[in-house]
Amino acid sequence: MSTLETAAQSDTLCRVAIDPLSRVEGHGKVTLLVDRDHRIRQARLHIVEFRGFEKFIQGRPYWELPVVVQRLCGICPVSHHLAAAKAVDQLLGIEQIPPTAEKIRRLMHYGQTLQSHAVHFFHLASPDFLFDFDDKVAHRNVVGVMADHPDIARQGVKLRKYGQEVIRCTAGKRVHGTGAIPGGVNKSLSLRERNDLLTDIDLMAQWARNIVKLMKIAYQANPAYFIHFATIRTNYLSLTRADGALDLYHGGLRAKNEQGALLFDHLDYRRYAQVLREQVKPWSYMKFPFINSLGPDKGWYRVGPLARIDNCDFIATPLAEEERKEFMALGNGEPIHVTLAYHWARMIELLHAIEAIKELLLDPDIFGDELVAKGEMAPREGIGVIEAPRGTLFHHYRMNEDGLIEKANLIVSTTNNNQAMNESIRQVAERYLDGKELTEPLLNQIEVAVRAYDPCLSCATHALGQMPLYVELVEEESGTLVDCLVRDTDGTVRNEASALAAGN
Amino acid sequence: MSEELSFTLDGRRVPFQDGQTIMTAALAAGFYIPHLCFNPEFTPHGSCRVCLVKINGRMQASCTTPAAAGQTVLSEIEEVREMRRGILQMLFVEGNHVCPACEKSGACQLQAVAYYAGMLAPHYTHFYPRRPVDASHPDALIDFNRCILCELCVRASRDVDGKNVFAVQGRGIKAHLVVNTPSGKLGATDFNITDKAAQVCPTGTILRKHSGYEIPIGQRLYDRKPINVVGDVAALAVSKGGRRHD
Repeated sequence: MSTLETAAQSDTLCRVAIDPLSRVEGHGKVTLLVDRDHRIRQARLHIVEFRGFEKFIQGRPYWELPVVVQRLCGICPVSHHLAAAKAVDQLLGIEQIPPTAEKIRRLMHYGQTLQSHAVHFFHLASPDFLFDFDDKVAHRNVVGVMADHPDIARQGVKLRKYGQEVIRCTAGKRVHGTGAIPGGVNKSLSLRERNDLLTDIDLMAQWARNIVKLMKIAYQANPAYFIHFATIRTNYLSLTRADGALDLYHGGLRAKNEQGALLFDHLDYRRYAQVLREQVKPWSYMKFPFINSLGPDKGWYRVGPLARIDNCDFIATPLAEEERKEFMALGNGEPIHVTLAYHWARMIELLHAIEAIKELLLDPDIFGDELVAKGEMAPREGIGVIEAPRGTLFHHYRMNEDGLIEKANLIVSTTNNNQAMNESIRQVAERYLDGKELTEPLLNQIEVAVRAYDPCLSCATHALGQMPLYVELVEEESGTLVDCLVRDTDGTVRNEASALAAGN
Repeated sequence: MSEELSFTLDGRRVPFQDGQTIMTAALAAGFYIPHLCFNPEFTPHGSCRVCLVKINGRMQASCTTPAAAGQTVLSEIEEVREMRRGILQMLFVEGNHVCPACEKSGACQLQAVAYYAGMLAPHYTHFYPRRPVDASHPDALIDFNRCILCELCVRASRDVDGKNVFAVQGRGIKAHLVVNTPSGKLGATDFNITDKAAQVCPTGTILRKHSGYEIPIGQRLYDRKPINVVGDVAALAVSKGGRRHD
């Protein structure tokens, strides 16, 4: 772990904040503490919003979970919808849902992966590859991409739209649908919906191949930069299918260390608590998960597209598998640790999602009418895990005898990458910013490092009662801090306006 | 043969018979006046005030005002619509109506009436009351967060089911729905999911357990057409031969 997490004497240092982080989902900021010689002494990624879903779903009926909890997010709600649905299946004691239900859920999930990856790459991240770091801020965004690269922008918009259509056909709405219900789904596909979706699928695959090629060109243009920027050697965690294939919907937990050796494999994800722990740090609303056997200092890991491609043995769809082989060849037998390669891996997954959608659209089971398996309600725990676009997503619930939720624990994809994102910005701070007078283009590199992970900050802030809570009273017109109420980690409440300044 | 009795509703002639209210006459003639606590199967209650209309220049509840020959009734004028929206907005902020996640969404009379009335936002400050869910009954759930005190369940349980399971306790802003048992739990009553009281709720307060979200978006009661075209639970009951329980 980097030594830049906490500075020794913060009161003598100058504070620089990147607030808010731009072109990420949700609200976050990065703070740097810098000494008089422009040496970086501390670098932290902060999540400044607070959601509290784990608390307020307590006392709600179990069948609400997939619909309520997906409201965590507007980008990847399907992942929460399906992780909750998988957990609810277990609450009812259902081990197997009908083939039609599983395939519709998978179709929904691949549509989600497609649209989310397209949003991130085209709308948020592509300016990092298409423009220089010192490009004007007003131009370094999707509007600039539309002006200078209209074909790429148009493909991005249409790829996302296609993914949204897949979601609409399976969940009823493009955002926040109701398709997955306890034990299955509430609709199958109509022939018309299937035929409409098939019309453009080959064009989508072609565009996806082009964008994977674009990533390769970006890498080849400056391999030294690509390989070193924000790169950290880490462990990796993901689900894989029983045969080792990439599987975004279901599988066993697999973790590899930085050399690529297995830490555990095919672990039933309902046993996640045996191998994973979460650490709370007083300066962030986001928890810090780690692999229990390695401890918090060495056990942190990465999830998401890079981890999944690193961890799987193969991809079951041909075009994406071809790209995976080429990608993995760069690692010389080790996992790829290159942080910017997240984008490349993400586009390989986007291609895989399109191939998987086509396979499912050609499967007659998607028209079936056996949609739900029935279960029996009893006091139980249910754990649903899925590979969301940003990584492994855990939903864990406990239900009482009346069917109401008593306890919930969510380990959201972005949360898994918390330590890694912090380490990456510290690497960038040390390598590119240390000793230099900070300028906007230099600070932009910090954002580029965070953006590679595609963090969804709004999804990831749920712990309640464990971190200090600041309530600020700010004058509306001047923005002046009038008062500040602080609840500390031990539960004591104090009134301290000055605490804000010290607490970053 | 005597001339048919009638009044005008927004300029349209509405025939009526002795004993009919403006609401029942209008519905019988195929004209919609928004309402929540009114159900033709029960004695008019006049509590929600959503069915306000302007009768000969005075604001009155159409569900309790007897029809009279020659009345000039105005319903779809901005003055009335604005009052209705205000009433609906107050109903929405008084409870916890989280439509986006509610299983009744798309088939909810309160939501459909709000859409019909042109309510786009709650406008007022939310009360955010703390009202725990009662899931003690094996087949039914009561989410008190969504109760608008229409008392249809109270009337149905008393007048049709003969069980008196529900009552409204307290006055004014403290009025709230209660279950008539020492524990206050539905599971301690003889309530049955097939009871009339389980069928009449115009919101998502009294729900059948384990079946939420089973109807896909697009196929729910108000997904394709508004409530003035589709009708509400009460109107549907009448069209299916439902009878009034006085």
